[in-house]
Amino acid sequence: MKPAPFAYLRARSLAEAFDALDRHGEEARLLAGGQSLIPALNLRLATPAVLVDINGLAGLAGIALQGGVVRIGALTRHAALEASEIVARHLPLLAEAVPQIAHPAIRSRGTLGGSIALADPAAELPACALALDATIVAMGRAGERRIAARDFFRGLYQTDLQPGELVAAVEFPVQPPERRGCVLELARRQGDYAIVGLAAAATVQGDGALRDPRLVFFGVGPTPVRAAAAEAALAGAGGVAAAQAALERDLDPPADLHGPPQFRRHLARVLLGRAAARLLG
Amino acid sequence: MDRFVAIRLTVNGEPVEARVDARLHLVDFLREQLDLTGSHVGCEHGVCGACTIRVNGEIVRGCLMLAAQCDGAEVWTIEGLTETGEIAALQEAFVARNALQCGFCTPGMLVAAAELLRREPRPSRERIRDWLGGNYCRCTGYHAIVDAVEQAAAALHGAPAE
Ligand SMILES: Cc1cc2nc3c(=O)[nH]c(=O)nc-3n(C[C@H](O)[C@H](O)[C@H](O)COP(=O)(O)OP(=O)(O)OC[C@H]3O[C@@H](n4cnc5c(N)ncnc54)[C@H](O)[C@@H]3O)c2cc1C
Ligand code: FES
Ligand code: FES
Repeated sequence: MKPAPFAYLRARSLAEAFDALDRHGEEARLLAGGQSLIPALNLRLATPAVLVDINGLAGLAGIALQGGVVRIGALTRHAALEASEIVARHLPLLAEAVPQIAHPAIRSRGTLGGSIALADPAAELPACALALDATIVAMGRAGERRIAARDFFRGLYQTDLQPGELVAAVEFPVQPPERRGCVLELARRQGDYAIVGLAAAATVQGDGALRDPRLVFFGVGPTPVRAAAAEAALAGAGGVAAAQAALERDLDPPADLHGPPQFRRHLARVLLGRAAARLLG
Repeated sequence: MDRFVAIRLTVNGEPVEARVDARLHLVDFLREQLDLTGSHVGCEHGVCGACTIRVNGEIVRGCLMLAAQCDGAEVWTIEGLTETGEIAALQEAFVARNALQCGFCTPGMLVAAAELLRREPRPSRERIRDWLGGNYCRCTGYHAIVDAVEQAAAALHGAPAE
């Protein structure tokens, strides 16, 4: 289908973007990569009166290593994350996630900020933000506001972003070399949204124990879900089997056309087993 | 801010100026206003890849970009890439390996495959499959397409590393 009519503003500055958001409120939508918004417009699931295109705001793009933090601008494309040496070196978990997002012709346009702001429950990047203890930098006319990823994802497609704010950047703490991570997912085809996915990180001890494990599942609830009981079990004596059993308490997945909740729980256990093997391997 | 937007761009190396409805997709602009009907429109929500074109050196979905966003852009379609001869080896291999039947998916396949071969001269079969995972073909069953891309890579750059 074709989108319903809208007016188009190519924002030349952040101030112009904030003005448009103020003036048009709910009627305005920011356009970043457009890889989720334009499908929604085409299907007329979204019918905004005004699109505010932020693609010209070069200051919102870029990857910088500053002290112990990798700051990634909201307009940074998935393809740029994929090609970044800083990301490969300091955030290998993120580097592993990106090629699993959609397809090359979509990763060339889609952005980190768009993915974080959209907060699709099956998306990789929100889960990575949680697994890596990232901070979301929101910006409004009044200035910047920093929100821990664990407080940012509020519900199905709901975030802590306030009217008039945009995501300006995401800050990821540099991962020390002994901290390992992986992102695994099960989907019907390469590039599809995950049926179930897992972003896992842990510090591997000399004796093979996993300290401070982080298990963030996606596609299993309204937001990315941190599996606290399984994390505790994985760090304890029970190991992988106990962690897999503990998932029963952590996850309450929905039933949908992929299958019933038990199907997703099963896939989550499979992924946890694979992730533990990867972290230890 | 307007419902109509003035754009200047180059398409297949030629300068183009137009005033477009803000909601017009790039692929519809190419097809309907410039008569470049080689890029196809299948799903219009990013899933099928039939509309794959090259914008500013990168492949994109023509149905997920607005023509209004292309001010200053350099756009290459299947027509231009055919004319310059850039994708001739791929095209020959598609014919030789019977990698098209109805041909609906073919322009998108070729543009996507050309991008892979630009980046990676000798991709493995698995890599070719992964790369083209976002391009649907409802006819061939894909094997012949993978064969053709592999053959074109070999023709251009020698046999693939085992
Ligand atoms: C076929 C297909 C398959 C896909 N598969 C996957 C997948 O497997 N995994 C995955 O994660 N994604 C997938 N995507 C989505 C893709 O990754 C999107 O690029 C991403 O979700 C949104 O980023 P965007 O820059 O395209 O945002 P847009 O589409 O431009 O915007 C999305 C929403 O976020 C808002 N927004 C954008 N930027 C900002 C900002 N800086 N601040 C505040 N609000 C903002 C917009 O107003 C809009 O509401 C797929 C898309 C397609 C078409
Ligand atoms: S028409 Fe663009 S991806 Fe299907
Ligand atoms: S040849 Fe018919 S869709 Fe591919």
